[in-house]
Amino acid sequence: MIQAIVFLPLAGALIAGLLGRIIGHRTSEYITTGLLIVSALLSWVVFAGYWFAPETAEGAGHAEATKVFVLEWIHSGPLQLDWVLRVDTLTAVMLVVVNTVSSLVHIYSIGYMAEDPHRSRFFAYLSLFTFAMLMLVTADNFLQMFFGWEGVGLASYLLIGFWYKRPAASAAAMKAFIVNRVGDFGFALGIFAAWVVLGHLDFDGAFHAAEGLKDNLPVMNFLSWQFDAMTVVCLLLFMGAMGKSAQFLLHTWLPDAMEGPTPVSALIHAATMVTAGVFMVARLSPLFDLSATAMMVVMVIGGITAFFAATVGLVQNDIKRVIAYSTCSQLGYMFVALGAGAYSVGVFHLFTHAFFKALLFLGAGSVIHAMHHEQDMRNMGGLKDKIPLTYWMMIIGTLALTGVGIPGTPLGFAGFFSKDGIIEVAYAAGESTGYIIFWALVIAALFTSFYSWRLIHLTFHGKPRDAAHSHTAHPDPAHAAAETHHEPIDDDNTDHAHGHGHHGSAYDNAHESPPVMLVPLFVLAIGAVLAGVVFNDMFFGHTEHIEHFFAGSLVVPAELLDAAHHVPLWVKWSATVAMLLGFGAAWYMYMVDTKAPQRLAEQNPGLYKFLLNKWYFDELYDRIFVQPSLYVGNALWKGFDDWLVDKTITEGLGARVRDVTNRVVKLQSGYLYHYAFAMLIGIAALLTWAIAAGGLL
Amino acid sequence: MLLSVITFLPALGALVLLFITGKGEAVDNLSRWIALGFTVATAALSLWLWYLFDPTTTAFQFVENIPFSDSIGYRMGVDGISVLFIPLTAVLMPAVVLTSWGSITKRVKEYLIVFLILETFMIGAFATLDLAIFYVFFEGTLIPMFLIIGIWGGARRIQATYKFFFYSFTGTVLMLLAIMYMYWQAGTLDIRVLLDFKFPPEVQTWLWIGFFASFAVKMPMWPFHRWLPEAHVEAPTGGSVILAAILLKMGGYGFIRFSISMFPDASHQFSTFVFVLSIAAIIITSLIALVQTDIKKLIAYSSVAHMGFVTMGIFTGNIYGIHGAIFQMISHGVVSAALFLCVGVVYDRMHTREIDAYGGFVERMPRYAFAFMVFTMANVGLPGTSGFIGEFLTMFAVFQVNTWVAFFAAFGVILSAGYALWLYRRVIFGALTKESLKGILDLDAREAVVLVPLVILTILFGFYPAPILDATAASVNLVAQNFANAIGAASEAAVAAAGH
Repeated sequence: MIQAIVFLPLAGALIAGLLGRIIGHRTSEYITTGLLIVSALLSWVVFAGYWFAPETAEGAGHAEATKVFVLEWIHSGPLQLDWVLRVDTLTAVMLVVVNTVSSLVHIYSIGYMAEDPHRSRFFAYLSLFTFAMLMLVTADNFLQMFFGWEGVGLASYLLIGFWYKRPAASAAAMKAFIVNRVGDFGFALGIFAAWVVLGHLDFDGAFHAAEGLKDNLPVMNFLSWQFDAMTVVCLLLFMGAMGKSAQFLLHTWLPDAMEGPTPVSALIHAATMVTAGVFMVARLSPLFDLSATAMMVVMVIGGITAFFAATVGLVQNDIKRVIAYSTCSQLGYMFVALGAGAYSVGVFHLFTHAFFKALLFLGAGSVIHAMHHEQDMRNMGGLKDKIPLTYWMMIIGTLALTGVGIPGTPLGFAGFFSKDGIIEVAYAAGESTGYIIFWALVIAALFTSFYSWRLIHLTFHGKPRDAAHSHTAHPDPAHAAAETHHEPIDDDNTDHAHGHGHHGSAYDNAHESPPVMLVPLFVLAIGAVLAGVVFNDMFFGHTEHIEHFFAGSLVVPAELLDAAHHVPLWVKWSATVAMLLGFGAAWYMYMVDTKAPQRLAEQNPGLYKFLLNKWYFDELYDRIFVQPSLYVGNALWKGFDDWLVDKTITEGLGARVRDVTNRVVKLQSGYLYHYAFAMLIGIAALLTWAIAAGGLL
Repeated sequence: MLLSVITFLPALGALVLLFITGKGEAVDNLSRWIALGFTVATAALSLWLWYLFDPTTTAFQFVENIPFSDSIGYRMGVDGISVLFIPLTAVLMPAVVLTSWGSITKRVKEYLIVFLILETFMIGAFATLDLAIFYVFFEGTLIPMFLIIGIWGGARRIQATYKFFFYSFTGTVLMLLAIMYMYWQAGTLDIRVLLDFKFPPEVQTWLWIGFFASFAVKMPMWPFHRWLPEAHVEAPTGGSVILAAILLKMGGYGFIRFSISMFPDASHQFSTFVFVLSIAAIIITSLIALVQTDIKKLIAYSSVAHMGFVTMGIFTGNIYGIHGAIFQMISHGVVSAALFLCVGVVYDRMHTREIDAYGGFVERMPRYAFAFMVFTMANVGLPGTSGFIGEFLTMFAVFQVNTWVAFFAAFGVILSAGYALWLYRRVIFGALTKESLKGILDLDAREAVVLVPLVILTILFGFYPAPILDATAASVNLVAQNFANAIGAASEAAVAAAGH
């Protein structure tokens, strides 16, 4: 069954990619989507097996993972790596997340991409991505995980750059790939270090070896320093996770990735690929658990990301970028949970987040579709009555993201359970760092609530502000580095159904999306409402329940979870209060006193620009990495290669050599034969002499 | 006999072509078909050789031995180190002949003759077991390559041939001296005997330097690489393909067969030096590749960077390093050949190598864009392509020897993504705005026949490298074992000396 789950999407990708032009767009769409739905249903069957697993006689925490051998891979001396599909609870959770969202995104794309002339290619890429992601989550060794890791990177590159005519899309695609490569640089070194320290690259072997090192942690020599070996391994691997999951310092690619079509943003840059880093740390929890230093770094980076991205999200005007920064921030939350040691809680947030964030993105796509590819929220407003179904779906997504619920009761949207769980874990992890991060997360929750409702108000409430209605003042200053984005429609296809929209008012022509786009929203909305309450017990309930559910596929720290369940009452309420404050502030600034945002921005121009320009990371990296690389490259080429080696050494060996050159230059090509013949004779003579002389001596 | 047949069949083809007289399109086409027939037959035989090769033994196979005298003789034979280079060479030759249809219009017959002779020299260099014969074949390849660039090359071909010859010949003289000295010491040039002959460590140092001079230029290692970009830029497509895919590999083959195996102490002694040059190759030439405006120069510089992984792997002396180096050479043979063929495709249409003159090919050439993407990803070392396995194994190997080297080599992984994707973006993506490109056509049948098998090989060996890794495993183990023993003995001697 697992073979079918993993390889059906690959089959779809190959059919649509290689035969797309023969079988046509419509057939390609149906084949890839159909295969993915089958794969998704099978995933739920696998997941149900773990969900309803009976209590085993052995007790919790010792179930063997199922492994299916596929093909031999790299065998070199003691290094024996194969393609093996591994299934355990953690994998099953990921299978459900990946395939559910992917199949819904496939369905949605049939509507969203209906006018694109390269649809079969698009669907081939989507299915290829799904295959790579499935290889990642079913990996049984580090290297297969690395394959999936880079494979999703490739698919992400292809999909971000799907609208290849736009320079911004190609640039964003390249940036995503290269920034991820920086992370993979660490990942690769981490794999090498893991081999040196543990002697195994298959997970079970490595975990077993790590278990043996527990009481006597080794040191290793890395870059001429003696380090705690497990810290080196984990931090290098975590560098990979930071790249893929767009954590602070390696986050710059994610907002730019919004250049890709919106269904791609929902699938890859919200629900699945960006959570690969979270999955990696959870999968390797037996290793990370052995290094307190690495765990601290994970937690701190997570906390910084959660806070940083939320601040930037406050002022963005592009509807997709707001959600992108929100994703970045929520990934930070997940890493805080992982860093605290509560792996199951991090995975829980990954699980719930997939539903409501995909819902928000696809909802945003529906808005963009309705507004004829307008993405700037300053040109929206009042869409509630035009696209009511999309509106309500976005509301559900927002309620789930901001974590609406009543603490102490099982009443709440999905994000309420998982996000509040993380905040409680951060508090319970304690010590000074834990408290600082706890407060950072609470403040980030306030910001999350603020920018989420700001998005709703700007888009759906108030009066329309599109070109035809633009007499109303912009709620945010329009001058400062406004980044307006329009999803393009391919030039080849200008006479599409929406063509008229460009001539009239975008608002007046706004229309609700077709059912093929709305049904996926409904399904995701169910997940956004129920995923928390239904699964809370398995991810963040009683320790025995978590252990029973995960059956040893990740580390479950009993003490920490106990402490998290018994935090003071004010801690349990803190996130809810923050959420309400954020909601209230957004309501006041965007519904009551709509001049307030502009006033605030004008009073604090420095801070506003700092946030609007995303803390100036892009500019900084360009200055310290990109430009110097090009400068050095040029200097080495023109200076060293051309000047020193070529002009000075090679050609400066004396007039004798130059004479030869000149004479050779004068040779006609006909004479080259003679020259070559002379060479041949020369070599033969030299050789004969050498052998003869040798023989004589 | 099989080895001799494979080696000299192309030369026989050249001989047949000599008897064709006349001029004109019909004669050119007849020559092409004859050359194609001979190269395809050679390729088929070389694949059969691969099939018959017994991977479980470390002994030389298909051995032929006709002594001329006590010391020198016609000796042929292959082991796991050399066997795969023969099918690599033979399989790429039909592709080279096929490109002559589109890109070579003058002196077609002569062009094919030169290539067929070159094929014999290349296969001979890999197949021979006599050092003197190896030297003749190894140096012999210079002459046809010299002619290919000098006659069918671009505008600055004379300077390029001069530089090519100057570098190669300087290296060779030193190797010849080393070979002579080895002969005086060992009394034979039979490679099998020399492999077991233990040269004293202080002698090894000098012999190592002699061979290094030749192979380092051939690879080419930084900073002896300067001839390569020039040669590539001026060479016709077929010349670039053979240069990148096969001729460079003779350097790597030489390092494994001679330097590591015959002079282990010196190799160990010099390993840090080689690592430094390898890192320089990986990082410096990658940075240079980043700023190139000429598409062939860019790929040539990236070849130097990829060969850096090969030298780095070889001089770790461990199984993974040597295994990875061989795999990287085979993979780079396929991928770099394919990249130069891809360049040839657009060069035949546009007659420019300036990257700025391209852009937006995906619009009119989707099949070409797909093939180019596969090879770009292999160049970048994406897992699932053949380019990954060699890079992974060599870095994996060097991490165990020296973490600094692995650390810097891993930077190459980032930089390769930089220059390769930047190239792809400028050539393939973007809007097709240039008037001159509006009418460009996608791959025709002939070009597809050349590129499709290479696409398949690139992906196949990425997922299932076993055919290559298994064929080489036993011999690689032996080389690594001998190297470890030699180092072990040397360090034991040092310990003993210190003890007294």
